[in-house]
Amino acid sequence: MDFGPHLLLAILEGLVQASVLTLTALGLSLVFGVMRVVNVAHGEFFMLGAVLAWWITSAIGGPPALAFVIALVAAPLMVGVMAAAADWLVLRRIDYDPERTIVATIGLLYIIQQVTLMTYGPDARPVTAPFNTRLALPWFEFADGGFQMYWPWGLSTTSYKLFVIAAAIVVCLVLWAIMARSRLGLILRATQLDGETAQAFGVPVERVYALVFGIGAGLAALGAVLVVPIQQAHYLMGGDPLLLSFIVVIIGGLGSLRGTVVAAILIGVSDGAISVFFSPTLAKILATLLVAMVLVYRPQGLFGNKPA
Amino acid sequence: MKRDLTLHLGLVALLLALQFILPAYHHGIMSRVMVMAVFAMGYNLMFGYTGLLSLGHAMFFAAGMYGMGLSLNLWGLGVAPSFLIGIAAAAVLSLVVGLLALRTIGVGFMIVTLMFSQTIYLIILYFGRFTRGDEGFAIAQNLRQVAGVDLTHPEVRYLAAWALFSTVLIGSLVLVRSRRGRVMVAIRENEERARMLGYDIWRHKLVVVVISGTVSGVAGAAYGLFFGYVGASFAQVPYSIYPLLWVLLGGAGTVMGPLLGTLFMFYLIDLSSGVTDAYMLVVGVALVLLTLFAPKGLLGSLRERGLKWVA
Repeated sequence: MDFGPHLLLAILEGLVQASVLTLTALGLSLVFGVMRVVNVAHGEFFMLGAVLAWWITSAIGGPPALAFVIALVAAPLMVGVMAAAADWLVLRRIDYDPERTIVATIGLLYIIQQVTLMTYGPDARPVTAPFNTRLALPWFEFADGGFQMYWPWGLSTTSYKLFVIAAAIVVCLVLWAIMARSRLGLILRATQLDGETAQAFGVPVERVYALVFGIGAGLAALGAVLVVPIQQAHYLMGGDPLLLSFIVVIIGGLGSLRGTVVAAILIGVSDGAISVFFSPTLAKILATLLVAMVLVYRPQGLFGNKPA
Repeated sequence: MKRDLTLHLGLVALLLALQFILPAYHHGIMSRVMVMAVFAMGYNLMFGYTGLLSLGHAMFFAAGMYGMGLSLNLWGLGVAPSFLIGIAAAAVLSLVVGLLALRTIGVGFMIVTLMFSQTIYLIILYFGRFTRGDEGFAIAQNLRQVAGVDLTHPEVRYLAAWALFSTVLIGSLVLVRSRRGRVMVAIRENEERARMLGYDIWRHKLVVVVISGTVSGVAGAAYGLFFGYVGASFAQVPYSIYPLLWVLLGGAGTVMGPLLGTLFMFYLIDLSSGVTDAYMLVVGVALVLLTLFAPKGLLGSLRERGLKWVA
């Protein structure tokens, strides 16, 4: 393949990764923004979403499309309830102290991961995509005969991958509408600005926190259900999304949802594109170092205005 | 102060006596526990005494381990120079990390240390040609000899681990009871106030990071040398979490806490591995229970109940 079509393919793959990353990172960002705590177990909620999707689709059987739609709704809900329960049982009792929350969620990380290992096992298992048509893509070129269109071999995507991108966009719009337009969004924003004052105005802050923690984990699980037909479900799959979400949330500015979306697209696409052309390990080294440096020299993130 | 010193020297003597009493299996575990307790003591200086929560101490451990292991295995230097190179590697790394990471505070500091540590792990993988990546490499028995003493012999190993542990234990006791130690606690309790009193917070923190990282590197170098294996798994996230767990369990900001925490956790994992392969579950449950019910750990709780002198 020539450079041009190759780049287009890399960007398309990157966009699929970016869509999933956007949902996962939005969850982390929402939790940090409203509750001011870092949830280290976020990647494990992602993994739970994928594992539950496998479990639901194989338990239901029948046409893959129906089972997948049920999983798409049920798995994030189940993960959200579990996360809200963890919040109620653990985080609420340690008063959301930032450092102790990190230690406690590290504990949760290992509990979730190891219980999955004990029940689901160490195998990677696939989920069938509801539809998966191969779509060849054209490429345009100015040759000596003028403008030409042709179909390069290998330049293709699948309908499912396009669906992932579309689904992520829809979820982002719904989330934006909730945050900006609904009463729930108003309560969330009030809690984010000043929890104590919100409580004084009758906002049940503890319940809001449990809800936010549940929604955050549910968003990660939703991303995982979307990606599991492309990438298999495995009990250790939570590590990479956690690290990438961290990176995205930091670059986008801790707690800023708009910054998170921009950063997720930026990082998802460049991560996809870079790993097509360079050694993935080297790309990861550079990305990790770069983000650490952003945190050191610009702790409010690239898009944040307020000093953290 | 006198009772303090007697207590810690008593612990050192007890560990020496155990060498002659313990059955072979527990003898082997104790050697490991003492080396890892050195790692935990290094971590404790930063987290327990100065209030700096690092999530990346595996990088210092790995720097010591690989500095030692590569010098010994690849370049064929002797045990003593290799050991010193390992320590120097950890010292330099902790200085660089300290200079950068200390610009951040709180959650930022945790994430930055985590990321630097992840970078070190990836670098070890990237130079797989020398480090053999995830697989790691063994250090042959004939290389692990120093001045006619065979470090692979279990009793020699126990004594070497004991000597190292005792040095670091008494060293950190002296440090935390010194003027500098008091400033460290002052920074932990109220950084602003310590600054108002005229202490150079930045420099004190940097010194602590370098001491803590170097001690962790000593533990890494010793672990590789005594047990003959150097691997990238020691640079991964769990090895940043373990010292945190050991210190939390034994009691953050206590001198003997790290040993107690390490000992307790080693036996807990040892017992549970008879029941299940998912032994990290024990680690997770311990972390959650500790933050919920005993944030001050074993010795910290004792100290709260009036036994001030044990800590």
